[in-house]
Amino acid sequence: MNIELFFQYIVAGITYGAIYSIVAIGFNIIYNTTGIINFAQGEFVMIGGMTAVTLHSFFPLPYAILLAVIITMIAGALIEIIFIRWLVNPSVLRMIIITIGISILLREAALYIWGEKVRGLPYFTGTSVSSLSIGGVHVSPQVLWVIGISAVIVVALNLFFSYTMPGRQMRACASNRDAARLCGVSASNMITLSFVLSAGIGALAGCVVSPITYVQYESGTGLAIKGFTVAILGGLGNSMAAVAAGLILGILESLSIWVMPTAYKDVISISILLLMLFVKPSGLFGSKEAASLKEF
Amino acid sequence: MGHQRYLQILGLISAVIAVQLFTYYTDTGHHLTQLTMSAYYSLVIIGLCLLIGYAGQISLGHAGFFAIGGYISAFLTTHNFLPYKDNYFISFLSKSGLLASREDLYGGQILIFHPWAACIAAVLFAVIVAYLIGGPVLKLKGHYLAMATLGFGIIVYKIVLGTEKFGAADGISDVPSFVLLPGVEITGKLPVRIMNYYVAWVIVIICMIILLNLINSRIGRALRSIHGAEDASNAMGVNTAKYKLNTFVLSAAFASVAGVFLTHYNGGIGPSEASVMKSVRYVAIVAVGGMANLWGALIMGVLLNFLSLRGYFGTYDDAVFGGILILIMLFAPEGLLRIDLFRSLKGMFLKISDSKEKT
Amino acid sequence: MKIARFFVLAVFLIIALAAAPVPAADTIKVGAILGVTGPASFLGAPEAKTLEMLVEDINKKGGVKGRKIELIIKDSGASPEKAISFAKQLIEEEKVFAIIGPSTSGETMKIKGIAEEGKTILLSCAAAEVIVNPVAKYVFKTPQMDKHAVIKIFEQMKKMGISKIGVLSSNTGFGKAGKEQIEKLAPEHGITILVNEVYDKAASDLTAEVTKLKAGNVQALINWSIEPAQSIVIKNAKQIGLDVPIFQSHGFGNIQYVQAAGPAADGVIFPAGRLLVAETLPKNHPQKALLAKYKKDYETKFKEDVSTFGGHAYDALMILVKAIEKAGTDKEKVRGAIETMKGFVGTGGVFNFSPEDHNGLAMDSFEMLTVKDGKFAVLTAAGAMKTEIAPKKKK
Repeated sequence: MNIELFFQYIVAGITYGAIYSIVAIGFNIIYNTTGIINFAQGEFVMIGGMTAVTLHSFFPLPYAILLAVIITMIAGALIEIIFIRWLVNPSVLRMIIITIGISILLREAALYIWGEKVRGLPYFTGTSVSSLSIGGVHVSPQVLWVIGISAVIVVALNLFFSYTMPGRQMRACASNRDAARLCGVSASNMITLSFVLSAGIGALAGCVVSPITYVQYESGTGLAIKGFTVAILGGLGNSMAAVAAGLILGILESLSIWVMPTAYKDVISISILLLMLFVKPSGLFGSKEAASLKEF
Repeated sequence: MGHQRYLQILGLISAVIAVQLFTYYTDTGHHLTQLTMSAYYSLVIIGLCLLIGYAGQISLGHAGFFAIGGYISAFLTTHNFLPYKDNYFISFLSKSGLLASREDLYGGQILIFHPWAACIAAVLFAVIVAYLIGGPVLKLKGHYLAMATLGFGIIVYKIVLGTEKFGAADGISDVPSFVLLPGVEITGKLPVRIMNYYVAWVIVIICMIILLNLINSRIGRALRSIHGAEDASNAMGVNTAKYKLNTFVLSAAFASVAGVFLTHYNGGIGPSEASVMKSVRYVAIVAVGGMANLWGALIMGVLLNFLSLRGYFGTYDDAVFGGILILIMLFAPEGLLRIDLFRSLKGMFLKISDSKEKT
Repeated sequence: MKIARFFVLAVFLIIALAAAPVPAADTIKVGAILGVTGPASFLGAPEAKTLEMLVEDINKKGGVKGRKIELIIKDSGASPEKAISFAKQLIEEEKVFAIIGPSTSGETMKIKGIAEEGKTILLSCAAAEVIVNPVAKYVFKTPQMDKHAVIKIFEQMKKMGISKIGVLSSNTGFGKAGKEQIEKLAPEHGITILVNEVYDKAASDLTAEVTKLKAGNVQALINWSIEPAQSIVIKNAKQIGLDVPIFQSHGFGNIQYVQAAGPAADGVIFPAGRLLVAETLPKNHPQKALLAKYKKDYETKFKEDVSTFGGHAYDALMILVKAIEKAGTDKEKVRGAIETMKGFVGTGGVFNFSPEDHNGLAMDSFEMLTVKDGKFAVLTAAGAMKTEIAPKKKK
C-alpha cells in the first residue's frame, strides 16, 4: 500500500464524512430546541434534492436550489404545524413514532410525485469527470463544495444562535422551555422555526450532495441513518462535534474497505454507534453532566 | 380476574374454530393461508406488546430477531453438511440423530439439520443475542434506546444481505417442511392447509396464555410499575434491570419462534423480513392495538397483516402503515379501542386557531 | 367475549366481502406479481406499466381468440413473503391462467414450487439461471442469461488483451447473480479476478472501492448492479484517475444512468438487448420493427425513457398471447406450446424454447454496446480500440 493510495482512502473518507455531517447538523437543530430527534430529517434532504432537480429544468442552478430550499422550509413548517404543534406534552415514545410515521408518508408521497427514477443535479463546477489532483490524490470539486457549505452552515448557525434574537430565544427554549415561556418567548413558535431551519439545511444538503450521490424517493432513509449515527457519535445537539464525528466515521468506513469486504461497511459504522451508546451515550465530544441534564 | 381470562381464551379458541368452519362451508378455504401467516406475525406482535406496552421499552429492531430465527433455521435445514461429515463435531451431531438426509433441488443427497434441532439452535441463538445486547441497550432511554434497537435491526439486515451463505439478496429458498410430531408438519402445501392453520393458532393461543398469566402475576405488576415510574419502582426494591432484560429476551424469543415457523411454512425467507420497515410495522400494530393491550395487539396483528398479505393496500402498503402510525399517535395514543376522536380533533383545531391568534 | 366477537365479525366481514361472487366474465385472467414499489421498483414499475399498456392495446383489438385479457397486478414490494401469499391467491382464488413475474430472482425461487403445485404457468421476469436450471415444468423466464452477458464481456476483453480485472457488484439479487457467473466463468476464459468487492445498493459514494481497484493494478473494471451506484462507480473511477476500460452489466441499459454520469459514461462497454439501439439497427433486422414500436408506444404513453426491464414483461406477455393463439385456452396445451415455441421475436432477442431450455435465448441476444456522446451505440471494433488507447494517451 503506497502512501498516495492511503491518502486517496482518506479523501474518500472525507467525502463520506462531509455528506454524513451535513445531514447530521439538521438533526441537531431540532433536537436542541425540542428534544425531539426528527426521524423524518432524511426526507427533508430527499425532498430538497428532488425539488431542486425538478426546478432545474425551469431555472438556472442557483435559483433552483434557492427555491427548493424555500419550498422545503415551507414543507417543514407545515409538518410541524399539522402534526406536532398542538400536542400537549407528548411523550418521547409518541414523538419517535410520529416522526417515523411522517418519514414514511413523505417517502411514499415522493414515490407518487417523482416515481422511482433516480435523479441528480449537475456538478456545481466542472463535470462528473473533473477532479483536482493534489500531490497525486484526486478530489472531485463537488466534495469541496460539500465541505465548504458544511463549514458555512456551521459558522452561520453559531452566529445565528449567539447573536440574533430568534437564535437566542431558541437556545432559551432548549435549556428550559418553561422559563423561556415565562420570559415571553413563544416556545411553540421557536419549535416551528427549528423545523423550518432544519428543513432548509436538509434541503441544502440534499442539493449539494445530489451530484455525488443522486436522489431517489428512498435515499432519505440511508442518509438519515448515517446522519443519526454521526449526530450521536459527536454528542446530540452539537453541530461542530457532528462535523468532526462525521469525518472520523467517514475515514473509518473508508479504511475498513481497505481491509475487509465492503458489504459489511455499514455493519462497522453502526456497531461503532452501538458501542458508543453503550459506553458513552453523550458522544465523543459531549460531557456526561450536560447529557444527564437533558430531559431525554 | 382469572375467571375472565379463561373465558377470553375460550372465546379466542371458539373464534378460531368458527372462522375455519365458516371458510369450510363457504368454500373460501384459501383465506386460511394468510390467516396462518398472520398468526405467526402476531406472535412477534404480542411479544413486542409486552415489551413496549407493559415494560415501556421501545424496540425498533424486532424484525432482527424474527430474521435471526428464520435465517438460522433456514440455513441449517438447507445447507449441505455432507462435506464436513468427517468433522468431529458434525459426526457427533449425526450420530445423535440431529442431522437428517434429504434430496436437494438437483436430486442429489445432502446432509442437513433436523428441523427440530435447527429450530432449537435458532431460538437459542436469538435468546443469547438478546441477552448480550439487552443488558447495555436497556440501560438507555428515549431516543437512545430507539436508536440502539434500530441500529441492531440494521446490523442484522446488513449481515443477512451481505452474507453469501444466507443467499444475500435472494434469501434462502427450498426450506423443507417441519415435522413437529408424526403426522403434524408445518408446510405451505395445499392438502395440509387446515391442519397448519390450527397448528399456528394453537401456538398463538399457548403464547397468549403464557403472556396473560405473566401480566397478571407479580412480574406483570412489576413491569407496569417500571413503565409508570422506573426510579420509584427501583427504590421500592423491584430489580428493574432484571425485569426489563427478561421481558426483552422473552419478546425476542417469541419473534424468533415466529421466524422459524413462518420460514418453514413459506418454504423460504428473504432479507425483507429483516428490514427496518418490518420492525416499524410491528411497532405500528402494537400502537394501534393500544400499547398495553395484548388482546388489541393480537387482533390488530392478525387483521392488518391479513389485509396486507392479501394485497388490499396495493402499492400503498407502506403508506398505510405510516398513516396508521401517525393517526393513532396523534389522536389515540392509548390505542384504537379507547379512541376519543372528537375531543382530539377539537383539541387540534383549538390549538391551531389559538396559535394563529397569537402570531 | 366482546373481543372474540369483534374478531370473528371482522374476519367474517372480510371473507364475505372477498367472497362476493364476481360476475364470471369470459376473460383470460393473467396475474402479475411485480415489485412496483420498494427496492426493486426500477424493475417492477416499468414492467407493470408495460403490461398495462399491452393489455389495453390487445383488448382494444378484440383480445386473444375473441376473449379479453384481465390483468391482475399485485405489488409485492420485492418481499418474498408477499410474493408467496399473492401467488397462492392468484392460483387458487383468481384461478389465473398464468402468472407474469416476479421481478426478482429471490421471489421467483420462493414461488417456483407453488406454481408447480398449482400447475400454473409462471413467466418470470428475473434473470438468475437457477430459475430454469433445473427445469421446472411450468416455470419459464424471459430475461437473457447472466452467463451469456458475462461470456460476451470476457470475449470482448480477450480482444482487447485484458486478463486481470477488478469486479464490483451491489448487494442485490442482480449483483449477486452476476458476480457468481463472473467468478465461475473467469478461469475458463483465462481471466484473473484481482479485486472482488460487494457494495451496498444505496451506496452514496464509491471512491474507496475504486481506490482498492486502483491499488490492485487491475486492467479493467466490471461493475454489476442496476442501482444509481453504477453511474457513481464510473464517476469515481474517472475522478481518482483509474484509467482502465470500464465494463458494465446489461443492467446499464437505462439512459438516465448515462445522463446521470455525464461525460464520465463515455466509453463504457456493456452487453445489452437491442432495445436501446433500435434506431441504429439495420432495416432487415428481425427485431427492428418490434423494438421501434415498443419504444415509441411506451415513451409516448408514459413520457419516460424505455428500459430493457419493461421489455422482459413485454416478452412474457407476448409469448403467452402467442401460445394461446396457437393452442387455445387449455392451460396444459398452452404450456406445451410455449415449450415448443421457436423463432419468437421479442425485445430480448429471438426465443427458441425447448423442454430442456425454458429461457430460449442464445448468446446472440446480446449486443455489445458503448456510450458515445451521451448516447448508446453499437460497439464497433474501432470504438473498442479507442477506449483502450484513449486512457493511455492521458497519462
